[in-house]
Amino acid sequence: MATFGNLTDRLVDTFKNLRGKGKLSAADVDGTVREIRRALLDADVALEVVKDFTARVRERAMGDEVSKALNPAQQVVQIVNDELVTILGGEARRIQFAKNPPTVIMLAGLQGAGKTTLAGKLAKWLAAQNHTPLLVAADLQRPNAVTQLKVVGEQAGVAVFAPEPGNVGAEDAAPKSFFGGGGGNPVKVAKDGIKFARDKQYDIVIVDTAGRLGVDAELMKQASDIRKAIDPDEVLFVIDAMIGQDAVATAKAFQEGVDFTGVVLTKLDGDARGGAALSVASVTGRPIIFASTGEGLDDFEPFYPDRMASRILDLGDILTLIEQA
Amino acid sequence: MATPWSLSGALKGMFSRKTIDDETWDDLEDALITADFGSDITDSIVAELRENVRKYSTTDPEDLRRMLRETLEERLARLDPTLTLSARPAVVLVVGVNGVGKTTTIGKFAKFLTTRGRTVIVGAADTFRAAAVEQLATWAERGGASIQKPQQQGQDPASVAFQTIERAQREGVDIVLIDTAGRLQTKSGLMDELAKVKRVVEKQTEIAEVLLVLDATTGQNGLAQAEAFIEHAGVTGLVLTKLDGSAKGGFVLSVQEKTGIPIKLVGQGEGINDLTGFTPHVFVQNLIGR
Ligand SMILES: Nc1nc2c(ncn2[C@@H]2O[C@H](COP(=O)(O)OP(=O)(O)OP(=O)(O)O)[C@@H](O)[C@H]2O)c(=O)[nH]1
Ligand SMILES: Nc1nc2c(ncn2[C@@H]2O[C@H](COP(=O)(O)OP(=O)(O)OP(=O)(O)O)[C@@H](O)[C@H]2O)c(=O)[nH]1
Ligand SMILES: [Mg+2]
Ligand SMILES: [Mg+2]
Repeated sequence: MATFGNLTDRLVDTFKNLRGKGKLSAADVDGTVREIRRALLDADVALEVVKDFTARVRERAMGDEVSKALNPAQQVVQIVNDELVTILGGEARRIQFAKNPPTVIMLAGLQGAGKTTLAGKLAKWLAAQNHTPLLVAADLQRPNAVTQLKVVGEQAGVAVFAPEPGNVGAEDAAPKSFFGGGGGNPVKVAKDGIKFARDKQYDIVIVDTAGRLGVDAELMKQASDIRKAIDPDEVLFVIDAMIGQDAVATAKAFQEGVDFTGVVLTKLDGDARGGAALSVASVTGRPIIFASTGEGLDDFEPFYPDRMASRILDLGDILTLIEQA
Repeated sequence: MATPWSLSGALKGMFSRKTIDDETWDDLEDALITADFGSDITDSIVAELRENVRKYSTTDPEDLRRMLRETLEERLARLDPTLTLSARPAVVLVVGVNGVGKTTTIGKFAKFLTTRGRTVIVGAADTFRAAAVEQLATWAERGGASIQKPQQQGQDPASVAFQTIERAQREGVDIVLIDTAGRLQTKSGLMDELAKVKRVVEKQTEIAEVLLVLDATTGQNGLAQAEAFIEHAGVTGLVLTKLDGSAKGGFVLSVQEKTGIPIKLVGQGEGINDLTGFTPHVFVQNLIGR
C-alpha cells in the first residue's frame, strides 16, 4: 500500500533535514513521532497502544543514547524497531506440551477468524512430527462446521471426533438454543473428546469451537465452560490480521472470558499491515505463537516478531536508506 | 465482559466539559480513530467541525455533538442505497475476502426476498472451501430458496454460476444469488477467476448487483479490499456484516467516499432475520448514541 511506502519516504526526508545538525531538537523528535503515530494508526494499531508506544519512543529519543549517537536519526529508527519487537514478544515461543499426554489445545476467536482451518493446519504439522492428533468438533453452531472440520481432518490425514452433527437443520440459527439444546452440547463434546483421546491414545487433542463476539456474554460463558471442562494446556486466540481498532476490546473480552495462553494471527498472506499483532500482544501480554498465511493446510509458520515489526511500519530497508541519506 | 463500544462512550469526556476547548478536539479525534474512520477521514471531519464551530461561534459541546451527527449522516447519505433487482431473473453476485459473511448473508438475503414474495435460487459457486456447499444448502433451506450445486468436486465456479442462471431462466425464478469463495484481494489468480465468473454471467444476462461483503471488525484494509474488488468484479453495492459486535465499521465511510459505492445492506447477527437495509440515520444513531 502506497501510504506506507510514504512513511519510509517521509521519515527519510525528515532525517535528511536533520543531517549535519548532530543533535535532535525536541521539535525534530516531535515531527518524527507524529509520522510514526500516523503510520501506526494507518496500520490499525489500537489508539491506546499507539499512545503508550509513541510516548516511550519519544522519551528514549530525547535521551542520551540518541544525542550521543553517531547518526541520531538512525538511532531513532532503531529504537522504534526495538520497541516493536519487544512488545511483539522478542523470541518466538513454541507450543507447550503436557507432561502426561494428551496435550489439549483449544481454539477460540471471533466468527470467521480462521479457527477451523487452523485446526487442520496444526494437526497436519503435528502429525508430520510423529504426533497423533485428534480433532474435536465442538462448534455445533455455525451451519455445517462439523462437516467442515471433517473435510479438513481428511485433508490433513488425521482423526476427527464428531459425535454430534451440529447445526445443519433448516430451523433458524439462533445460536443460544444450541447451548445444550438442538445441535448438541459443545461442552460435553469437548469433554468426551478428551476421554476418547485418552482411551485411544491420541497424544494431542485440538478442540475447534464456534466463533463468538466479545460482547456476547452467553457464548463467552460457553467458551469458558468448555475451557473448565477440558483444562487445556494451550488456549489459542485466533485473530484476523485485517482487524481494526476493535482488536483491543475483543482481545480483552477473550482474555477475561477464556484466558488464552497464546495468539495466532491469520490471513497474513494479504496486504493488511497487521497492527492488531501489536495491539493484542501489548494489551494482553500473551505471546503470538503462529502466523497463518493462506487457505492451504501447509500455509502457516511460527511467528517472527522482527518480521512483523518491519511489516507494521514498513521499516524493512529504512536503515539502509538512512545510511545513504 | 466487553461493553459494546460506542462513540458516545468514547466522547463522554468531550461532552462532560462545559465549553469546547483543545481537549475537546483531541477527544473527538481519538473517538473517530477508535471507530476505524481512519486518519484521513478523521482529519477532514475534525477540520469541517472546527470550521462550523467557528462559523456559528458556539462554545457549547452539545452543538458540536449535533454537528457531528449531521456531518456523519449527511456524508453517509450522499449515495443511493437502493438495490436494483427489477430484471428477471435479477442476478446478484456476492464477493469478498475470506470469512466476512458472504454465505450467511446470502441465506439472510434469500429469506428477506422470499418473505416479500420473490422466488430465489442460490448458486454454490464456492467450490473450494471445505463444506461451503453444505453450509450454503442449509442457509438456502432456511431462506426458502432452491440451490444449484456443483455437479462435481472442484467444478469451475463460472460454470456453476452459468448453470444456476440457466435454471432460473428455465424455471422462471425471480432472483439468483451467487455465492463465491472468499479470496484476499492481493491474490491475482483468484481475482482473475472472479473476473471470469463475471464475464461468463454477463454473456448470459445483465448482472443486477455485485455485492461486496465487508466485515465491520476490519480496519484500514477495508479500502484496499473495496478498490481491488471494484476493479476485478465491478462492485455495485456494499454489505457491512457483524455490526452486532463491538466494532462499528467506521472505515466504510472512507470506502463510500473514495469509491462512490453505496452501502446497501447491513448484517447484525447469525440468525436468519439479522439483515436490514442501510439507513444512515440508524447507523449514526448506533454510533453516537442518544
Ligand atoms: N487467505 C487466508 N485465508 C484463510 C486463512 N485462514 C483461514 N482462511 C479462510 O478464512 C475463512 C474462514 O476460515 P475458518 O477456518 O472457517 O474460520 P473460523 O474461525 O473457523 O470461522 P467460524 O467457525 O465461522 O467462526 C475460510 O475461507 C478460510 O479458508 C489464512 O491464513 N489466509
Ligand atoms: N455475529 C455475526 N456473525 C456473522 C455475521 N455474518 C456472518 N457471521 C458469521 O461469520 C462466520 C463466517 O461467515 P460465512 O458466511 O461463512 O463467511 P464467508 O464470507 O462465506 O466465508 P468464506 O466463504 O470462508 O470466505 C460464520 O461463523 C457466520 O456465522 C453477522 O452479521 N454477525
Ligand atoms: Mg470454524
Ligand atoms: Mg462462504
